Amino acid sequence: MTDFLLELRSEEIPARMQAAARAELEKLFRAQLSAAGLEAGDLTIWSTPRRLALIAKGLPEATAAVSEELKGPRSNAPPQALEGFLRKTGLTQDQLEDRDGVYFAVIDKPGRATAEVLAEAIPAIVRAFAWPKSMRWGKASASSESLRWVRPLSGIVAIFGEELVPCEVGGIASGFATRGHRFHCPGEITIGSVSDYAEKLRACHVIVDHEERQAIVRDGAAKAAADAGLTLVEDEGLVIENAGLTEWPVPLLGRFDEAFLEVPPEVIQLTARVNQKYFVVNGADGKLANGFVCTANIDAKDGGAEIVAGNRKVLAARLSDARFFWEQDQKKTLAQHAEKLANITFHEKLGTVADKVERVAKLAEWLASEGIVPNCDPALARQAAELAKADLVTEMVGEFPELQGLMGGYYARAEGLPDAVADAIRDHYKPVGQGDDVPTAPVTVAVALADKLDTLGAFWAADEKPTGSKDPFALRRATISIESLIIQNGLRFGLLPILDMATQAGGTAITNASKVRVRRAMDAAKAEGLGVMAVTGGNAVGLKPFGQYSMAFDTRAHDLLDFFADRLKVQQREAGVRHDLIDAVFALGGEDDLVRLLARVKALQAFMATEDGTNLLAGYKRAANILKQAGEVSGIAATTPPTDADAALLAALDAAEPAASAAVAEERFTDSMAALASLRAPIDAFFDGVMVNDPDEAVRAYRLGLLARFTGAVHGVADFSKIEG
Amino acid sequence: MRRRWANAAAIFAPAKDIAAVADGADKTPLSFQDMILTLHNYWSARGCAILQPYDMRVGAGTFHPATTLRSLGPEPWNVAYVQPSRRPTDGRYGENPNRLQHYYQYQVILKPSPADLQEQYLGSLAAIGIDPLLHDIRFVEDDWESPTLGAWGLGWEVWCDGMEVTQFTYFQQMGGFDCKPVAGELTYGLERLAMYIQNVDNVYDLRFSDAVGDVAAVSYGDVFLENERQFSKWNFEVADTDTLFAGFKAAADECQRAIEAGVPLAAYDQAIEASHLFNLLQARGVISVQERANYMARVRDLAKGSCKAWIDSQSERWTEKYPGWTL
Repeated sequence: MTDFLLELRSEEIPARMQAAARAELEKLFRAQLSAAGLEAGDLTIWSTPRRLALIAKGLPEATAAVSEELKGPRSNAPPQALEGFLRKTGLTQDQLEDRDGVYFAVIDKPGRATAEVLAEAIPAIVRAFAWPKSMRWGKASASSESLRWVRPLSGIVAIFGEELVPCEVGGIASGFATRGHRFHCPGEITIGSVSDYAEKLRACHVIVDHEERQAIVRDGAAKAAADAGLTLVEDEGLVIENAGLTEWPVPLLGRFDEAFLEVPPEVIQLTARVNQKYFVVNGADGKLANGFVCTANIDAKDGGAEIVAGNRKVLAARLSDARFFWEQDQKKTLAQHAEKLANITFHEKLGTVADKVERVAKLAEWLASEGIVPNCDPALARQAAELAKADLVTEMVGEFPELQGLMGGYYARAEGLPDAVADAIRDHYKPVGQGDDVPTAPVTVAVALADKLDTLGAFWAADEKPTGSKDPFALRRATISIESLIIQNGLRFGLLPILDMATQAGGTAITNASKVRVRRAMDAAKAEGLGVMAVTGGNAVGLKPFGQYSMAFDTRAHDLLDFFADRLKVQQREAGVRHDLIDAVFALGGEDDLVRLLARVKALQAFMATEDGTNLLAGYKRAANILKQAGEVSGIAATTPPTDADAALLAALDAAEPAASAAVAEERFTDSMAALASLRAPIDAFFDGVMVNDPDEAVRAYRLGLLARFTGAVHGVADFSKIEG
Repeated sequence: MRRRWANAAAIFAPAKDIAAVADGADKTPLSFQDMILTLHNYWSARGCAILQPYDMRVGAGTFHPATTLRSLGPEPWNVAYVQPSRRPTDGRYGENPNRLQHYYQYQVILKPSPADLQEQYLGSLAAIGIDPLLHDIRFVEDDWESPTLGAWGLGWEVWCDGMEVTQFTYFQQMGGFDCKPVAGELTYGLERLAMYIQNVDNVYDLRFSDAVGDVAAVSYGDVFLENERQFSKWNFEVADTDTLFAGFKAAADECQRAIEAGVPLAAYDQAIEASHLFNLLQARGVISVQERANYMARVRDLAKGSCKAWIDSQSERWTEKYPGWTL
């Protein structure tokens, strides 16, 4: 058993690509070995900005010898068949074995030296390696066929035991030599084997294990903050990124001018993190303090004083920009900012962001005034919706798009708007994905719901639905967010009419937008322009006037409701709600009140977990099968039940049907399940006691009618045919 | 007499000894012009032809035909030059300590990219007085793309203590054509580097040249402050937009004529001209969103057309000299 070391050294690999590169290296290595009949076993994969390393422990010296047996033609087969077989196996006739009149070829493949397998595997891995973006370089790049790598590849170390695995790819030959830290130890170092690799590098200021570097960044940054009486704001993304940018990480604490703290903390944190990759720190009061932690890649001769001073200067310049934006933005009210939204295209088919804002304001106001969002002042809902997108044209959000909403909230508060409005502006994008906080403040709920409903309706009207993996406008996420808002706030309303309203509003928007487009094309106005919000569907050609799109309004809304059903299954999966039970309730049709639907599904799920539930389902399936085979079934003949078992089931149905439907009507779903449960014993007794397909045609017809009534009663609660199990 | 280059030894030293040289360096920071002269000498010692700035208004050193056109084709090409760069929208009337509508880039092109390009580059930093064991130098991913030149490459922005001081790029395409072989491009932000080395917070406070005898030192502000004031005003407020629009159209038409006449170098001049006029129109705020994309596409077409014409005019010579080379 022998250990193998591979190091692929290159110029700096982008930090964000290193984790995927490790996985890719492992995948390709395993595939190469397994193709040669070797098991790679436990692998250690490390990365630094300048190298990918792989260690495979305990590989065999050689692959096992294999004996392959191939069955050939019968010995009395025509000579052509034998010739073909000999050609295929590369053997002569006397090398074949004749076993009971059939030729067999036995081919012994000797084991191959593992070193030889590795020597072939390394170039293959390098050539097959998939980087998100790769490049050519150097003299070799005069040819299109030259090797591609994420950045120039500069060296390969490949050692099996203590022996070199000789190989070459793209003009780079394997060897024992690598390099240490770029500045601390720029010369070559010679690696002996797996066992001295990490330690030799460490002696040359390279910590090759990325997890160890991450720990140094994580703990070192926390300690640097703690030593100054501060608390680090943890950020695992920054830990990984800084560890991916350094071979010898040294976290250093710096301070910035306290005066910058007048800028919102999120802005400071984002400026520090996005532009400079710094951590921020909190003071004893739990609020953001005037400190930062940067991660150097050297043990500086002066302990890092110059590095901190330089970084402080850069951060100060960034923060002055941020403060400038913060002050500049507040020179106008949000309402004044919002005027510019008329210059921003929301989507080429759907007009401007200002158009969208007006639709959302109308819908939010309506949701409040109809009481769909209870306890919500319609005027506040309208005001919040009108201002919700205004921050998109502020300098700050232009610089940091991820601050959308948040900045609007700050600016709203600063100009003295009601808290409910400021909160709604801040939070109306929520929930962003599952796990995010779901708003509960009424004005926020109204705006959040209206914004997303409008987006869905508009894109549905524009025929820009998600397909397969493509969902450029994040409509699936918007749908799940709507469902979370409805369910968590217990909002009671039928979705269908509102989806219809939203798609119709989208239709009007399309008509208006196409008119505007024509007008704009006619007068090539050179008006002051701003950016396009986010969305341009791709082709600007061939926009049809609304009305020529394929679907009519009502089918559009129904289509959208089906989309909601699909998303609801996804959304509820985490809550442990069975998708087939959601189907079973949706399949009844006409249910578009999500709160009621879910209550029913949950009662059904509880019922299905009982013995009564599973037995009833079995009874239902049996009944449904019999009915399916019987074809057309007429109602029960008004005759006396043929036997007591028939009579018992009839009586049970007479009692259960009204009880179940009354319970459903009153939304007592647990009671409706109990009514169904009362059918379980009679249906079991019925199947035990009688034969449905009685020779007497009248009896058979009676019993089929009885079963049809039974399945009908069950369907009053849920479509059991959709239930799995 | 003061040493002309603080770190002359570093200029000629092999890259790997740079750290040692920097260690014992003279700590007097270089003036702005000495920094440029040091870089000239450093790259000259490594085989670069030291060119002069291109005599047209451009937005970056990359626009110099010595980069754009010469990065195409198989011929080796090693040059360095300073390029005054104009970015009309970045003007701040001389009131912002960091932002200028006119500044200098130091541009190095090495084709094919040498295997030790990073080491050579780091050597140049040491030569101008940056000690890599005192300052944190980092290569941070930054993929470069110039839509107006139809060009892209992979590389980094080089950070010195958190400040971006250089763009480091391996050109992959120029004018929509593969670079074969690939050229390495280094673009130093000279003002930033100088502010760093001289430890000043305001660009106008930079020492441009040192005092010699009776002759006083000159500051960056002495040279450029008034330019920034006047050009900011002209860019944003004064420039006649009708003239600019007409100029853009004239340059675009002339570029096309020159391409057709088989004089791609002259055509490329007109593409540069159109690009700069477009930037001025942007600064004047007269280009709408919809138009902006159109103008950019226009400029890209002119640049690509010039590159194509350049390749067409040279490819016979190239294939003759470099058998096996293909586009």
